[in-house]
Amino acid sequence: MDSMTCVPAIELNRVSMTKPVLLGNSLTELDIIRDVSFSVPEGEILALIGPSGSGKSTLMRMINRMEDPTSGQILLFGSDISGLDVRELRRRVGMVSQTPALLPGKVSDNIVYGPSLRGEPCNPEEYLELVGLEPELVSRPASSLSVGQQQRMCIARALANRPNILLLDEPTSALDRTAARNIIELICNLNRQLGLTVIIVTHVMEHAQAIATRVAMLVGGVLIEEGAAADFFEGPKTQIGHRFLKGELTEDGR
Amino acid sequence: MDANSYIHISNMDLLIALLFIAISGAISRWQKLELERDMAVGTIRAFAQLLAVGFVLQQLFDAARWYWVVLALAIMTTVAAHNGVRRQTGAKQGLFTVMMAAIATGASITLILVIGVVLRVRPWYMPQYVIPIAGMILGNCMNGAALVVNRLHSELTLRRNQVEAALALGAPAKQAASEAMRESLRAAMMPTINSMMTVGLVHLPGMMTGQMISGTSPLDAVRYQIVVMLMIAAATAVTAMTAAFGALGVFFTPFHQLSPRLELGEAWDAYTHDKSKH
Repeated sequence: MDSMTCVPAIELNRVSMTKPVLLGNSLTELDIIRDVSFSVPEGEILALIGPSGSGKSTLMRMINRMEDPTSGQILLFGSDISGLDVRELRRRVGMVSQTPALLPGKVSDNIVYGPSLRGEPCNPEEYLELVGLEPELVSRPASSLSVGQQQRMCIARALANRPNILLLDEPTSALDRTAARNIIELICNLNRQLGLTVIIVTHVMEHAQAIATRVAMLVGGVLIEEGAAADFFEGPKTQIGHRFLKGELTEDGR
Repeated sequence: MDANSYIHISNMDLLIALLFIAISGAISRWQKLELERDMAVGTIRAFAQLLAVGFVLQQLFDAARWYWVVLALAIMTTVAAHNGVRRQTGAKQGLFTVMMAAIATGASITLILVIGVVLRVRPWYMPQYVIPIAGMILGNCMNGAALVVNRLHSELTLRRNQVEAALALGAPAKQAASEAMRESLRAAMMPTINSMMTVGLVHLPGMMTGQMISGTSPLDAVRYQIVVMLMIAAATAVTAMTAAFGALGVFFTPFHQLSPRLELGEAWDAYTHDKSKH
């Protein structure tokens, strides 16, 4: 291992976030993320798990600065992301959302969107192949694809930016079992082929166990467990982790 | 123009006109609409407001000083901006500046062109021309600005996923919002374009009818109306465009993020107000 690989791809350093939430007619500040620190070494797949409402999505959205922490730092290969150009940060940290979010136009318009922002050439067929879609789809309207194909296209679109890191927020929740299974396999292959660092939010433990090398578990915005995936699935360190794996945990983590 | 070429309305005539309110009042009572009170208040307000405005304008016309005219324009612009903000459904914080800048830009460019180049009014501040023309321009600018900002707010809320997908790929806010911008600008321009289609056929515009009553020949009046329609279209376009770009600066953060105010609505105003106090 050379010295470069010792710098984690992503490092969270005491990250907290409060944000105003609508309760009745007025806004109340709620703690969404509380003092979370962990790191993801380059080339690993981290599964971000926890009950719904535990802050997983918000945590992801802070890594490509769709939202900002209230305190703490997030480092990308050692540099604080708040000091980076936000658009360059987002090129390097790709994001795929829960339901495929299509940009207007054809499949090719979607895939070349990122590179064309910077005037870079891009061959859309190449990325379709990379995610296992037929290159012929390139001239089809994006909305004419099946949901599973759309989600693959969204992954291809993110990859066309040549990111170092890919954030996936429950990428399979809109898909049926087979399509979901295929997307998980695809993510695993991309990680191996491209050495891509992946952070994936998922509520399907079977998927997390299948691909994750590391696990971070959030409950109520607090990091409860963090470590190697194999260790976690063999036996979580905490009582809450045990109960979560058995499916006994309710939304507020009690 | 001969000042006696039209019929003056005397105080007695005004009182007689009150009979009209008696007609609508009678219908309201007969059909139990319970609108009598509102009608009475409305009548009194219309009388008071219009007489006051008439008095102020008379002073302005008689004085014919450039600084009074400029002051009147400034007040009219401020009221228009205030109204544009009041008509927004979401949070209002920061929008007054946007409205003010947009309306002032669109209105002043058009007003300068109409007064200076098309009509060549001498001296340029002659209230008889400047005030009514500015009034028409400002009214339309206000509608355009209010429409475009309201629509942009709802388009961004509606297209949230698409906008964030574009942002996440590295698009700047302006580009991520381009579809929403296009829809909003179209919505703001449509009323003006529609009125250009039907003018003269479905309705006779107020200014043209007013000119004809005061003795202007219809052929002259329509020339004015053509200039007015075209200037309104230009003023609306410039204002809507400026307001849309200004509103982008409010609906997005400087870091190309969608502002949380979009989903938090009016409660956002009280929240930011409290926050600035601490």
